[in-house]
Amino acid sequence: MGLTFKQAYAKIGAVLVGIIIAIALFGPLFAPHTFDEFIDMPNAPRSDQLLLGADYLGRDVWSRFLFGGRTIIGLSFVSTLLGVGLGLLIGLFAASAQSRTDSLIMRMNDILLAFPQIVFVLLVVSGFGTSIFLIAITVGFTHAPRTARIIRAAAAEVMERDFIKAAVAVGEKRQRIILSELLPNVTSPLLVEFGLRMTYSIGLVAAVSFLGLGLQPPAADWGLMINENRGSMTVQPWAVLTPIFAIAIFTIGINFITDSFAKVAIGIDRKGKE
Amino acid sequence: MKKIRDFFNQGGLLLFVLGRILAGIPIVVALSILVFVATQALPGDAAVAYLANTATPERLEAIRQQLNLDDPLWMQYAQWAGGVLQFDFGTTVTGETEVTTLLKERIQNTLILMASSGIVAIPLSIIIGVYAAVRRGKLFDNVTSLFTLILAALPEFVVAIFVVFLLATNVFQIFPAIAFVDPGTLAWSNPMALVLPSLTLVLAVTPYVSRIMRGSMIEVMESEYIQMARLKGLSERTVIVRHALPNAIAPTIQVIALQLAWLAGGVVVVEAVFAYPGIGTIMIDSVKGRDLPIVQAITLMIAALYVVLNILADIGTILSTPRLRTRYARKNDTSDVFAAMGGDEW
Repeated sequence: MGLTFKQAYAKIGAVLVGIIIAIALFGPLFAPHTFDEFIDMPNAPRSDQLLLGADYLGRDVWSRFLFGGRTIIGLSFVSTLLGVGLGLLIGLFAASAQSRTDSLIMRMNDILLAFPQIVFVLLVVSGFGTSIFLIAITVGFTHAPRTARIIRAAAAEVMERDFIKAAVAVGEKRQRIILSELLPNVTSPLLVEFGLRMTYSIGLVAAVSFLGLGLQPPAADWGLMINENRGSMTVQPWAVLTPIFAIAIFTIGINFITDSFAKVAIGIDRKGKE
Repeated sequence: MKKIRDFFNQGGLLLFVLGRILAGIPIVVALSILVFVATQALPGDAAVAYLANTATPERLEAIRQQLNLDDPLWMQYAQWAGGVLQFDFGTTVTGETEVTTLLKERIQNTLILMASSGIVAIPLSIIIGVYAAVRRGKLFDNVTSLFTLILAALPEFVVAIFVVFLLATNVFQIFPAIAFVDPGTLAWSNPMALVLPSLTLVLAVTPYVSRIMRGSMIEVMESEYIQMARLKGLSERTVIVRHALPNAIAPTIQVIALQLAWLAGGVVVVEAVFAYPGIGTIMIDSVKGRDLPIVQAITLMIAALYVVLNILADIGTILSTPRLRTRYARKNDTSDVFAAMGGDEW
């Protein structure tokens, strides 16, 4: 009973995520206009020709929406991959190191945790200027210490098991122990962490664009669209609501998948509904 | 009451608090170096960044002098850090205003916003978590589980705009969409302005805390001493309020502290949505204007707040866990305390 219930959530999540990825990837092929073409009066309402009306400059909201998902989803994916990958390396390295090295790494790691992610991203942007690649790398970098902490905790538990002790006793190389003994045993927390970090990446990348520090006009980007059209939300809500809903559906979908995977595979919250 | 006084008299907690504060100092120093390096030690320099294409040799020189950019890096740091110790974060890039003066009201406004959100969010999430645990698997539990799962997924600026759409501009027009506060007054002089930003932060924090509270409460409710209390024939209400709740809150304290620290970052974006006159909006303006002294000051304060909240959480955990309290007072054994608190904190 509990299992099917959880699986239903995972399926809904997969459908939601699939829809948004499809829009982001293939949307531009179906766009009736280009993203920077002026086609009507500013804030023109919805009509037969204009599915969602025009934005604050008179560009087609529907077309801009179809173009606007690529960068945010692409950047979020890259930064998540980068951050979770780096965190995985640090976590596995620390867990398999001697206890003094381990605690030194983790203390340094803890220091980085004191910066809220968005604040650290803003700090770097203030020093280096805006660039979407810099933002992807920085967002990834802020994930790393958080992932490292989770992975180290999971790997430290594995390190205590007999097969690791046997491998160490046989004299296996550390590199081999990390790759073929530790890594396969932390895949579940790793996947959960990836899902979680992906939702945060979307939030951060979109927030940076929303704050006007990411992609610059006239680019089509969901975060930027929200920011640009916020002032005219009363007359033309669709220019804001469409990208907002897309971001919401995507993050909710990922969270559904992650949550049900965490419950079924790892038994986090195993005391939930049976 | 007497027990608590006895405990303080033994000095166990006092030593522990002192130790934790001392351990926090090198961390804050490390944070300040990081903040400084991330901004001041750029390949180009802050003066070039600030002036961008309006730079003339004379103006560059003036700003460099202003920020002591011609000194070696360690001297710049020493000068800056020396000022920070006296709550002097230097002047803005143009040298016109003291950063501390500029930030004073804004810090207070942000603290007001964080406090008003925390005061609502923390009791609310404890109540939701406890009630969901007690009604586990029933309607209330299922509905709140779904809602917290959805809310936890949403980025805070998405929540903020939903809130504006619903309550300020489109559906209902009850609260102002822009949090206008008269310059020279603090945010509580206009409580209406506080409603939507606070509501957004409450919606962002409550899911996490209530889920942890629920899990913690379920674990406690299954323990033997709760069974014992029930078998003694105590009313369910007494069992929950007197026996289960106090034991379930301790593990939640760390999460609450982490969420309060998160609030310090979350306010940045939420303030921007509502143009709330706190440190978040001025930080974003300064990032755009490349006014590094302000960015440095705010970043360092937020990071230091995290360290302070962590120390408070550790103390709170010990105070709310009799087992740790007595053990610590008796043996002064820090390793035990840390292990029981989850081990991997500082």
